[in-house]
Amino acid sequence: MADTLATHLAGIKHIIIVLSGKGGVGKSSITTQLALCLVQGGNKVGILDIDLTGPSIPHMLGLDGKQVHQASSGWVPVFADENQNLCCMSIGFLLQSKNDSVVWRGPKKNAMIKQFLTDVCWGELDYLIIDTPPGTSDEHISIAEYLKDINPDGAVIVTTPQSVALADVRKELNFCKKVKLPILGVIENMSGYVCPHCEECTNLFSTGGGEAMAQEFGVEFLGRVPIDPSLTIMIEKSNDDNATLENELIKMYTESNLYKVFNKITDKIVAKVTT
Amino acid sequence: MAVNEKPENAPEHCPGPSTEQAGKASACQGCPNQNICATAPKGPDPALPLIKERMSSVKHKILILSGKGGVGKSTFTSQLGFAFSNDENIQVGVMDIDVCGPSIPKIMGLDGEQIHQSLSGWSPVYVQDNLGVMSIGFMLSNPDDAVIWRGPKKNGLIKQFLKDVDWGDLDYMLIDTPPGTSDEHLSITQCLKESGIDGAIIITTPQEVAIQDVRREIDFCRKVKLPILGIVENMSGFVCPNCKGESIIFAPTTGGGKKLAEDEKVPFLGSIPLDPRIDKLTKSPQDKYFLPSSPESLHNFLGLQTSIKH
Ligand SMILES: Nc1ncnc2c1ncn2[C@@H]1O[C@H](COP(=O)(O)OP(=O)(O)OP(=O)(O)O)[C@@H](O)[C@H]1O
Ligand SMILES: Nc1ncnc2c1ncn2[C@@H]1O[C@H](COP(=O)(O)OP(=O)(O)OP(=O)(O)O)[C@@H](O)[C@H]1O
Ligand code: SF4
Ligand SMILES: [Mg+2]
Ligand SMILES: [Mg+2]
Repeated sequence: MADTLATHLAGIKHIIIVLSGKGGVGKSSITTQLALCLVQGGNKVGILDIDLTGPSIPHMLGLDGKQVHQASSGWVPVFADENQNLCCMSIGFLLQSKNDSVVWRGPKKNAMIKQFLTDVCWGELDYLIIDTPPGTSDEHISIAEYLKDINPDGAVIVTTPQSVALADVRKELNFCKKVKLPILGVIENMSGYVCPHCEECTNLFSTGGGEAMAQEFGVEFLGRVPIDPSLTIMIEKSNDDNATLENELIKMYTESNLYKVFNKITDKIVAKVTT
Repeated sequence: MAVNEKPENAPEHCPGPSTEQAGKASACQGCPNQNICATAPKGPDPALPLIKERMSSVKHKILILSGKGGVGKSTFTSQLGFAFSNDENIQVGVMDIDVCGPSIPKIMGLDGEQIHQSLSGWSPVYVQDNLGVMSIGFMLSNPDDAVIWRGPKKNGLIKQFLKDVDWGDLDYMLIDTPPGTSDEHLSITQCLKESGIDGAIIITTPQEVAIQDVRREIDFCRKVKLPILGIVENMSGFVCPNCKGESIIFAPTTGGGKKLAEDEKVPFLGSIPLDPRIDKLTKSPQDKYFLPSSPESLHNFLGLQTSIKH
């Protein structure tokens, strides 16, 4: 499969995998923000969501209820913006109803991931970002195996500052080492919350642990992203049935505070993969 | 049994890969799985009667589930365990089947503990006389080791937890799960089918991204006929410790857990606010009993306890 996969994905310049041992730390949000920042920087970007039992990407990009189309050359990914610079593929687009559960054991998940890699016509992309479920199991082993011969640029590891999250994320770092997936760096998400009433910064989930862990493992610390309730709000607005171009996620996002923070992180990642 | 009996690539009249007919039926001719199905061991799983035997001394079995990651399943499981075991006449077991991301040892202040092997099986790690805990976290030689296991190996461990652990007589067994609807969830429901599961407590957070995954989990429960005890909404708003001002961090744009419970016609058990102190209890074991100081939050836990009991 290696050869054909390499040819099939030849139009993609960079592949980045977003990983975390821990659930709910913001892998899908980071994937989305990285994609938005890259698009804003003039790149063509694709997102592949391999979280098969809990796909979040369609909702995060305001694409609930969209369907993929089958063309003669394969599946056509769903575009998220007017200018067709951001496209994505998720199992969410293949379900009858967004409430359907996908109750699959490993082998079936592996087959689906393989099909996503071989059957989606991504065309020319500057970046393909892969969002994953938490853990170190079938999806992770499979994606690392399938992509091995085409040398993905590496993994961005997401953590939150709490000890419970860090404990699991340390496992993920060791997973990357085991499967020889380069680590681009660590992002500490949900790092601190500023009370809108008194400006006091509460470390809701404590703080700093991500940076210390990056140091200990000798990998780059890419930065902190604060807790910002506007993220959830923006996502909901872009999913609103009456969403207009005004409410296009990318527009709202590039006007937000998070964009300023995340753009710096994006620059670091871009510098890492392009040098 | 399984929702998932027939592989996707199997023909329409697939008899099911675990049946006697598997690989030999006329439908199997030309099926890509024929070889595997014809040679795989058949018949009822020999572990099942052993599990049933072991589980006969456990009165109530409760699963803590959520389609979404990081919503507080493990935190809630441990709180519930502590709350139950406050009554020294109640025997409680906590079983962590999150094989790749076990959090229970850390959350319950048991980092670095090991399980012991005895004649009657593995013995759980005890927080106190009436609260035993089992997790893969107690079996790793280095806590940072990644458990890089595919489905079948995870399922094997879950079976072992059910049949080889000497739980003793338990009033409650609380089972913490990873997010999703995959191997672990299918295995635990299949293994405990005969022994009977009281039901699942479903944890969500208020925002739609989480609610969406939780709806899928509810769909899963219905497919496998697992009763739902109720929904708990965690991380529902935040009270600043400095100014006591309230703010919403994860906005319940579609009505949150309460609306979900109404829509799905299952009980709503209550909401738990975001509280920065929760992480602290994982650092100082003497604080293990995190009984929230506000009477309302305390009521949430205790109210739950009573409503499950009867
Ligand atoms: N910096 C942030 N500020 C505020 N909310 C955030 C932030 N990052 C993530 N969130 C919110 O937290 C929730 C969890 O994030 P997300 O779904 O991205 O996590 P995940 O790691 O992909 O979870 P899963 O393990 O279930 O796939 C989402 O509702 C998201 O909108
Ligand atoms: N009410 C709360 N207030 C503040 N922090 C909380 C609250 N509930 C949980 N947390 C924190 O959120 C993080 C996630 O919680 P937890 O590990 O229990 O979630 P989980 O659903 O078990 O995650 P996973 O899907 O990875 O198993 C933990 O660091 C925990 O300390
Ligand atoms: S070989 Fe037979 S039993 Fe096995 S999957 Fe195919 S049709 Fe089903
Ligand atoms: Mg996700
Ligand atoms: Mg957990």
